[in-house]
Amino acid sequence: MSDDNVLIKARDLSVHFPLRGKKMFAEAQVVRAVEGVNLDIARSSFFGLVGESGSGKTTLGRALLKAVPITRGTVQYDDGEAQIDLTNVDKKQLKDYRTRAQLIFQDPYAALSPRMTVRDIIAEPLEVMGLTKTREETDARVREIAEKCRLNLEHLRRFPHAFSGGQRQRISIARALVSNPRFVVADESVAALDVSIQADVLNLLKEIQQEMGLTFLFISHDLSVVAHICDHVAVMYLGRLVETAPTRELFNNPRHPYTKALLSAIPSLDPDAPKTAQKLIGEIPSPTNPPPGCKFQTRCPNAINICRVDEPKLEHSSTGHEVACHRWQELMNTM
Amino acid sequence: MTRLLDVENLTLQFKTDEGLITAVDNVSFSLDAGEVMGLVGESGSGKSVTAKSLMKLNPHNAVYGPDTKITLHLDDGPVDIMSLKSAKEMRVARGGAISMIFQEPMASFAPAISIGNQMVEQLQIHTAMNKKRATEVSIEMLDRVGISDASTRFKQYAFELSGGMRQRAMIAMALSTKPKLLIADEPTTALDVTIQAQVIDLMKDLVKDFGMGIVFITHDLGVIAQTADTVAVMYLSRIVERGTVRDVIRNPSHPYTKGLLAALPRLDDLDTPLTPIPGDIPSPLERPSGCVFNTRCGVKVGDICSAQIPDFSDISNSHQTACHLYSSEATPS
Repeated sequence: MSDDNVLIKARDLSVHFPLRGKKMFAEAQVVRAVEGVNLDIARSSFFGLVGESGSGKTTLGRALLKAVPITRGTVQYDDGEAQIDLTNVDKKQLKDYRTRAQLIFQDPYAALSPRMTVRDIIAEPLEVMGLTKTREETDARVREIAEKCRLNLEHLRRFPHAFSGGQRQRISIARALVSNPRFVVADESVAALDVSIQADVLNLLKEIQQEMGLTFLFISHDLSVVAHICDHVAVMYLGRLVETAPTRELFNNPRHPYTKALLSAIPSLDPDAPKTAQKLIGEIPSPTNPPPGCKFQTRCPNAINICRVDEPKLEHSSTGHEVACHRWQELMNTM
Repeated sequence: MTRLLDVENLTLQFKTDEGLITAVDNVSFSLDAGEVMGLVGESGSGKSVTAKSLMKLNPHNAVYGPDTKITLHLDDGPVDIMSLKSAKEMRVARGGAISMIFQEPMASFAPAISIGNQMVEQLQIHTAMNKKRATEVSIEMLDRVGISDASTRFKQYAFELSGGMRQRAMIAMALSTKPKLLIADEPTTALDVTIQAQVIDLMKDLVKDFGMGIVFITHDLGVIAQTADTVAVMYLSRIVERGTVRDVIRNPSHPYTKGLLAALPRLDDLDTPLTPIPGDIPSPLERPSGCVFNTRCGVKVGDICSAQIPDFSDISNSHQTACHLYSSEATPS
C-alpha cells in the first residue's frame, strides 16, 4: 500500500486502562485493551475488524477516533485535505478531526434521544460543530442526508419511538454522515437488527460508502457479515492484530490458527455439513493478566515451546496478507 | 418415539392500554422425547411467548384462547397445563418436568447467592433430595457440563464466572432435576462463536444422554441447522412453515422463509448480494388481515392473501407451509 493512499496509519498503538484498587507498593494493574497495533486503512475502503468480545476491537476503533486516551504509539490521519497527528493535536485540530471522523453505534434504541425529533437528532452535529450558519441551511442539509439514508421526509418531525430498529439505525447513520465525514467507525452497527433488516442496512452502508467515497472501519463479531461487506479484514485477539488480509484472501486462505477456528465455529446452514470444526477449548484470557509469548497459545491446538516464550510479530507480505504466528508456514504445508 | 408434548390451537393475547395484542395466534405443534424442535423467527414473532406458555410463565395480562390445549405426557399420565391454576400446582411443570434456560445467564442467576446454593435450593424444592445429596448432584452436574474444578465453582457467584461458563452452569442447573422437556430461549445468542460452538456440542451430547425433548428458540438459522431435528418458522404470531430441518432449510417454500434465507450473509457464497425482505415487521397493534406476511410478500397470489388466513398445505409428509401459493394449486378455484 503506497503511503499517499493511506487514511489512517497506526504504529505501535496501545491503549491501557489502569485498574482501581492498587495495593500499596504493588505495581498498578492495567488492562491492556490494545497492545502494539500497526494498522493501515486505505482511503475509500471498507475495512473490517473482527474478534470475540474482549478482544479490544471497540477500544481500537475508539482510539482511532481519539475517544479514548492513547497510551503509546502514533496515529496519523491524512485524507488529502487535512493531515492530523492524533497523538499530538491542539484543540482546533481536534475539532476539525471531529467533523471528519464519526461513529455509528450498535444499539439504535439507546443511541437516539427519545425527547428529540428526528430532524433535531440529525441536525445536532451541524449545530454543535457550527457547520451551518442559518436554520434554512441546516434544514436543507438534514433533508439531503435523510434522503440519502432513505428516510421518509415526513418522518423528520416525529420522535424516535415511532420507528422500528432498522429505521432507527438509518437515523443514526444519517446523524453520523451529516457533517460530511471522511472516516466512519461503525461499531457492531447491525448486531442488534433482525436478519431481514440487517441486509437492508448493510446494503445502505455499502451504497453510501461508494457514493461518497467514505472510509469505513466496520467492527463486528459476525464473520459472515464482514465477509460480505468489507474489502479488507483484520482479526483481533486479546488486544493484538493476529491476521490482516484482503477479504477473499482471508476467508479462502486463513493462515492464523485463531482465524481458522473462528471460521470453523460458524454454524453451517447445511445440517449435514462435515464436522471438521477444530473446536477451541477454553475462553479468551483476561487482558489484565495475558499469557506470555503468543497470546493465543493457551487455546491454540498447534502451540509449541517457542509460542509460549516469544510473541510473534505481524509478518508483512507483498500480497497484503499479514499474519502473526510462528508456525503458519509450517502449518500451511502440512494441511 | 414417545410423544412428549402436544400444543393445540395455542392463542395468547395481552391486555394493554391500547387494546388486545395478539402475541400467539392458533399455534399447534408436538414434540417427541429426545427430539429437538427449533422455533425460529425475528424479534416480535412470538417465539418466546409461545415457549413461556408451555409453563404458563406469561405475565398476568395474558389471556389464553378458549381452545388452547397444552398436554404434557409424563410417565404417570398426561398433564393438562391449562388446567393448572396455583403456583403450587404448576410445580409439576415449572422446574419439575420442564426446565428453561435463558439468553442472558447473568440476568438469570441471583447475583448475591452462590451458584451452588441456587442449584441446591431448586433441587430441594423439586426433588426429595437432602442438602448433602443435592450438593453432590449439583457438583456432578457442573462437572458433566465441562466446568473444570466444579467444587470451587460451586461456591462462586455468577459475576465470578465468564459468559460461557455461566451458560454452562445455567444448563447444569436446568438439567439437574432431570426434566423431560427443556426450553432453551436463545441460549447461545449472547455468546461468542467459539463458545457457541462449545455450548451447541454440549447440548447435543446431553440430549443423547438424558433423552429429553428440547424446544430451541433462536433467530439464527445456522444454529438451528446444526442442532434441531424439526423446525417451525414463526412470523407475527403464527407458524408459517414447519417440517424437518433438512426440508425447510434446503427446500424453503413459504415466501418469508425464502426471504430470511436470502437475507442471510453466507460464507459459502460471497458473490450473491444480500436481499432484504422489503418493509418492516408490522406493529402487533396493526396486524394485517388474511396472511400476516401479505404486506411484505413479493409473490402474492391475489386478493385472497389479504382476505383469508391460509391453512397448512403439505409440501411433503414431513413439511407443511401456510401459504395460498400452495393451497391454490391443490384446490383450483
